[in-house]
Amino acid sequence: MRSVAIIAKRELVAYFATPVAYVFIIIFLAVSAALTFYVGGFFERRQAALDTFFTFHPWLFLFLIPAVGMRLWAEERKTGTIELLTTMPVTTTAAVIGKFLAAWAFIAAALALTAPMWLTVNILGEPDNGVILASYVGSLLMAGAFLAITSCMSALTRNQVVAFILGATVCFLFTMSGVELVLETVRAIAPAALVDAVASLSFLSHFSTITKGVIDLRDLVFFVSMIVFWLFATTIIVNARKGL
Amino acid sequence: MIVMDGLSKHFGPVRAVDGLTLAVDKGEVLGFLGPNGAGKTTTMRMLAGFLEPSRGRAAICGFDVATESIAAKRRLGYLPEGAPLYGDMTCAAFLSFVAEIRGYRGAARRQRLAEIVDTVALGDVLERPIDTLSKGYKRRVGLAQAMLHDPPVLILDEPTDGLDPNQKHHVRELIRGMGKEKAIIVSTHILEEVESVCTRAVVIAQGRIAADGTAESLLARLPRHNAVRLVVPAGAADAAAMVLREVATPQAVERLPAADGLVTFYVLAHEGAAPLAAVAHGLHAHSIEVDSLGVERGRLDDVFRALTAPEGASPEGAGSGHA
Repeated sequence: MRSVAIIAKRELVAYFATPVAYVFIIIFLAVSAALTFYVGGFFERRQAALDTFFTFHPWLFLFLIPAVGMRLWAEERKTGTIELLTTMPVTTTAAVIGKFLAAWAFIAAALALTAPMWLTVNILGEPDNGVILASYVGSLLMAGAFLAITSCMSALTRNQVVAFILGATVCFLFTMSGVELVLETVRAIAPAALVDAVASLSFLSHFSTITKGVIDLRDLVFFVSMIVFWLFATTIIVNARKGL
Repeated sequence: MIVMDGLSKHFGPVRAVDGLTLAVDKGEVLGFLGPNGAGKTTTMRMLAGFLEPSRGRAAICGFDVATESIAAKRRLGYLPEGAPLYGDMTCAAFLSFVAEIRGYRGAARRQRLAEIVDTVALGDVLERPIDTLSKGYKRRVGLAQAMLHDPPVLILDEPTDGLDPNQKHHVRELIRGMGKEKAIIVSTHILEEVESVCTRAVVIAQGRIAADGTAESLLARLPRHNAVRLVVPAGAADAAAMVLREVATPQAVERLPAADGLVTFYVLAHEGAAPLAAVAHGLHAHSIEVDSLGVERGRLDDVFRALTAPEGASPEGAGSGHA
């Protein structure tokens, strides 16, 4: 477990060694605020709530999380440092988890920097802070699931652009799988049980339950098992493809 | 300390490494020679646990590289081909990361880092990002990374590639210095490096061992190894040939065609020993004018070419070493 922490620390420092971290944080803060105020109509609704803020998170994460995660393994393969990392006395699982945790912690920091939003609604009125806290937790979990998917896609290629596009595409499919448009297509070719299964994988529906203030164990289990599954897949892919 | 037993790696139909069986003991510095694509890097990657063997097994200090890989990796220092490094990090941050991964903490870590920085002379560039360093410094950071935990086994893939002659000398001194207490494998293209650093040389070609021995024993494979090379003016050539016939069998004497007014003879070694004294004595007794006279050692380059060149090339055409 110590090696997980050492790898996570190195990785986190690496984010801030390049402009990636700063660009991400600025874009995330600016766009999430702009969407909340202009598209979401924060003031027009005259409600002390942050649901307009959290509504846009799945769509923001769809692009921003693959941008954060695309380098996780693709860069290691491109520069050859994967040979250095995997010949150190650490397991691949520890390396996969350490890298994931670093990127996740970074996203958590970006989310924490949206605290002025929360302060604003508290000054303007009396929001339900329990719902807001639940929404933050849900948002972070969803970001983790997106990130785990991106990590897996990043392990497939040495090209970060390819990793980004694959990551964004798979994230999009999981986000949209609850939407009628997708379900119609699935219904046409698959039995009802499968349609339900696909629908239940939707990030959107799990996330929207949480942002309503209902922290259902099933939603938490869903996101956590998503993270575990994709990280496990990442480990297998890294082991199988590291020398190629 | 390093054992390979039938070690093989297949990439699809290509047999990159084909049944290597080899053991390297403490105190040995093994030079791994072979043309590009012979399987040197693939072998080293398997030993380092980066690639899984397709067949056979390998062990570092008794720990199987596939099934007990963490224990094996702990005892191994590895410099990958091209010395890949985290370019965004400074030298100090990178080496500190490696020290932590290798289990050094607190004061012990600082002390070990200071030692290794001193050993490879990195003091001037510690706070610079690795990307901004020259190739020589980068290679030294790679070496520092491999040697940091003072491992009993070192595997270095082309450690002197891209260094200038002074840096090469420094790295060779380093390897030679460590060689007594460790088992070391060094891959290289530079054959003089094998003679100056390695206690043993293994030539591999097409994934198999083509030769295994000391640099000297490899040289002995050359037909002209330890032959006496005699150069006389063309006018004295026939007289010299008479003398040579007295000191050696006719089969042992080679006479090359005259060039630039000089004729070169080779008198091949008899049972490994150069017949220098006999030749010199004969020439002196007959007062034959000599342009140059010496013993041909041959060059490892020629052995290498003979062992690894495609069909048709022979060492005979390459015996023009200096005497």
